[in-house]
Amino acid sequence: MAVLVFVEVGEGKVRKSSLEAVAYAHLMGGGVTAIALGTVAASELESLGKYGAQKVLHVADSKLDQPVIQAYASVLAKAMQDENADVLVLANSSLATPVGAKVAIKAKASFASNVVELPSTSSGFVVKRSIYTGKAFSFVEMKDQKKVIVLKKNAAEAKEVGGTAQIVPYAVSLSDADFTTTITATEKATGEILLPEAEIVVSGGRGLKGPEHWGILEDLAKALHAATGCSKPVSDMNWRPHHEHVGQTGVKVAPQLYIAIGISGAIQHLAGVNSSKCIVVINKDPEAPFFKAADYGIVGDAFDVLPKLTEAVKSMK
Amino acid sequence: MKILVCVSHVPDTTSKINFTDGGTKFDTNGVQFIIGPYDDYALARAIELKESISGTTVTVLNVGLADTEPTIRKALAIGADDAIRVNAEPTDSFFVASQIAANAQGYDLILMGRESIDYNGGVVHAMVGELLGMPSLSPVMKLDIEGTKVKMSREIEGGKEAVEANLPLVAGCQEPIAEWKIPNMRGIMSARTKPLKVVEATSSDKSVVTQKYELPAPKGAVKMISADNVAELVNLLKTEAKVL
Repeated sequence: MAVLVFVEVGEGKVRKSSLEAVAYAHLMGGGVTAIALGTVAASELESLGKYGAQKVLHVADSKLDQPVIQAYASVLAKAMQDENADVLVLANSSLATPVGAKVAIKAKASFASNVVELPSTSSGFVVKRSIYTGKAFSFVEMKDQKKVIVLKKNAAEAKEVGGTAQIVPYAVSLSDADFTTTITATEKATGEILLPEAEIVVSGGRGLKGPEHWGILEDLAKALHAATGCSKPVSDMNWRPHHEHVGQTGVKVAPQLYIAIGISGAIQHLAGVNSSKCIVVINKDPEAPFFKAADYGIVGDAFDVLPKLTEAVKSMK
Repeated sequence: MKILVCVSHVPDTTSKINFTDGGTKFDTNGVQFIIGPYDDYALARAIELKESISGTTVTVLNVGLADTEPTIRKALAIGADDAIRVNAEPTDSFFVASQIAANAQGYDLILMGRESIDYNGGVVHAMVGELLGMPSLSPVMKLDIEGTKVKMSREIEGGKEAVEANLPLVAGCQEPIAEWKIPNMRGIMSARTKPLKVVEATSSDKSVVTQKYELPAPKGAVKMISADNVAELVNLLKTEAKVL
């Protein structure tokens, strides 16, 4: 089975979720070719070999430094054809997911997103998807000969398996029809850990009483190298930016560790965190529903517990 | 301008999810169905555009069986002019996108939510755009129309992107694109007589087939730690949960 993996580049670096996608493709068996678009250092691409890519196609077209969905889809559809790939694997993102969907239509391929495990190929080609915002799973048979799979975070562990990748320059002629959308500005929180990719997330709710108290939460996040998140009421009241809102209608996270402080645990919030490996809840209300979904809980006041926890984390290291 | 708003008919966000028939069917017992929360934002923005740009009409479209009609009537009560129901079960993203594309001729702007909260595919807008040869963007948090130009703000990982394209266009919407609208009495009364056209699905070929459903493994009991002993928590996270 020939597998093509889309490798997403952000600020000149391969995104960690793309390494998971390469590892996933490697575990599927067969040949793994990765493809990266836009300007990126050769050393970054070579490192993909360690995760199982045998070949890396690099489209070094500076027009693709901007993540234009249509153009990316055209390149990937062409590459899928040229490489005779049976399966295209992408890691979920605001760029990769729509790109994958468009490629599926161009290539007349079966499509599945939110895939959480390796496919089962004992009878047909069946993938496990996360549905109902993490409250259930479905097993979906992909019937077309070609397949496009978009992975949810943690579908595979980005594990080094050794190996080296051969980097092959690759060119696709793009037309004006590939650039019908124009990105005029990008606003990105720089230097921070991206919430959807973070291994540790520290989230705050109304229990913190106001945006001016976020410093103690940020101190803990910093000590843990964690991303910061928040509940819906907090982003609705503009205490925190919308891209930090974790929940059913916000960001869905799947970190190793999720620490919720002063969040009661409405079902809509739980839907955004139920893929976390370990959940810690700190709330002064012992009846907070979030405790039922937690692995560890502390009943206590955030203003008392947080600084102590930050100190304990610092002294551990 | 003609706007098409595609709405999904999904379980309320507070629903407990269960399956019947050996995990092959969704258990609708005790479940209340609503307009998809993201679709609700798309509809609200469409109504705002109708109010600000004269000559604008809003059509809602749903792919679903007859039981979705109360959801469609609610969208009409919120202010859409007419509705189309494609009489088929919305089994997967590609099937739904194909049905939308088959009924989307002549619309300048096609709006829907970023994803349906049941299947969570999050790609119907991208597929509709591809099928119709229109630009498609999602998740759009702001959408303004200046002549034939559409100026949008799209959420990306850790920030946002300002992006422009010309009509016709497909957008997957999310907050804060508009405030949800609640139907008033007049809207509810008039919705009863607004046209709701039922059309049959084109092709029923499925490229993906759901075989069965499963619930996540139940969570073990929570381990409570005293607020005076946070060092113990750090220790457990390190040695027991192995997440530090």
